[in-house]
Amino acid sequence: MANNLLDPVILFFVLGLTAGILRSDLRLPEALYETLSIYLLVTIGLKGGVQLAESDPSGVIVPALLSILLGIVIPPIGYVILRRLGRFGQADAAAVAAHYGSVSVVTFAVALTYLDRLQVFYEAYVTTLLVILEIPGIAVGILIAKLGTSRGELKLGRLIHELFLGKSIFLLLGGLIVGYVSGPEGMAQVSPLFFNLFRGALAFFLLEMGIVTARRLSDLRRVGPFLVGFGIIMPLFNAGLGIAVGLLAGLSVGGITVLATLAASASYIAATAAMRVAVPEANPTLYLTASLGITFPFNIIVGIPIYYWAAQLVRGVGG
Amino acid sequence: MKRVMVTIVTESVLERQLTEELKQLGVHGYTVTEARGEGSRGVRAAEWEYSSNIRVETICDEQVAGAILAHVSRTYYANYAMIAFTHEVEVMRPEKF
Repeated sequence: MANNLLDPVILFFVLGLTAGILRSDLRLPEALYETLSIYLLVTIGLKGGVQLAESDPSGVIVPALLSILLGIVIPPIGYVILRRLGRFGQADAAAVAAHYGSVSVVTFAVALTYLDRLQVFYEAYVTTLLVILEIPGIAVGILIAKLGTSRGELKLGRLIHELFLGKSIFLLLGGLIVGYVSGPEGMAQVSPLFFNLFRGALAFFLLEMGIVTARRLSDLRRVGPFLVGFGIIMPLFNAGLGIAVGLLAGLSVGGITVLATLAASASYIAATAAMRVAVPEANPTLYLTASLGITFPFNIIVGIPIYYWAAQLVRGVGG
Repeated sequence: MKRVMVTIVTESVLERQLTEELKQLGVHGYTVTEARGEGSRGVRAAEWEYSSNIRVETICDEQVAGAILAHVSRTYYANYAMIAFTHEVEVMRPEKF
């Protein structure tokens, strides 16, 4: 874990966090931030596509189905905990739960660079699992929010548009297809831009994420200790589910680590946009502070090493 | 010639929906700019990614302005960070508005 803290990617995050906490005037220009996020999404997609092209894609079916199941069961669990123990309102509980059902692409990218650095093998189709896991959690969260509340019709067309044509899914899926179709030889032409620069770009992006996260920290007091605890316990619990599913799907140690990270991560882009449209009565401060202010830093700093350690443990015990 | 300018400051997630509704309510044009600031809804102001703020301005006659205010207060005031206000403006080419 101490080793993870010395990773430049993580150090850049801490740097951004420090700048934000100390109220430095540092901010990446919005255009650069946008460019970096597009770059990261496309690259993650491309990388996944090339890996898929190089392997037998039929192996993805069982892990994919199990991942969908994971995306479907996580939100109701979170919802019940928030309702019963946290005494949250229905809309707030459902919206927060939906964020935990969906995934964080940046957390995923950090997990992959973590494994790459340790030279741990992971399955070629993990990026496909990422894309698959983005949507179901959000859909289930919206369903929970809408069950029981008759008021407020759901603008389904706009929501579907938001979900599938939102920047993140579109670029990930698009990159995946381009990478798959053009294959490793085709990708060789663009690899200096997309693959060689990836870690540097990720580090830069995390600098901005640190600044944004620091801004959420001031809301911690407002959301109360329960949600802070939830933001740490829930990812650990979900990672446990991810590890169980990964073991069931027969993934490698690296694959299990990635799936655990995906299960543990909470969305703060796709789910947030969808919740604002579908469940406007839910308070954004709650879900943004939980997913971005607590769970995101927890996962990238201590979560991923823990999930890797646990994956080694279960794989070791299971043979 | 007098016309009314309606200014709406709100979450950028509403941009597409809101501008479509403005057209349905009879405005002939509008201007959207990115906006920053702080208000009573600080609590619910989501300032991340899709949740930056916009300022939508449109110039129209008094009747349309009234319809816009009635519509946005009914539809958005409860759940979204939004303020809307009007003021009278002098225009050169009234037929444009």
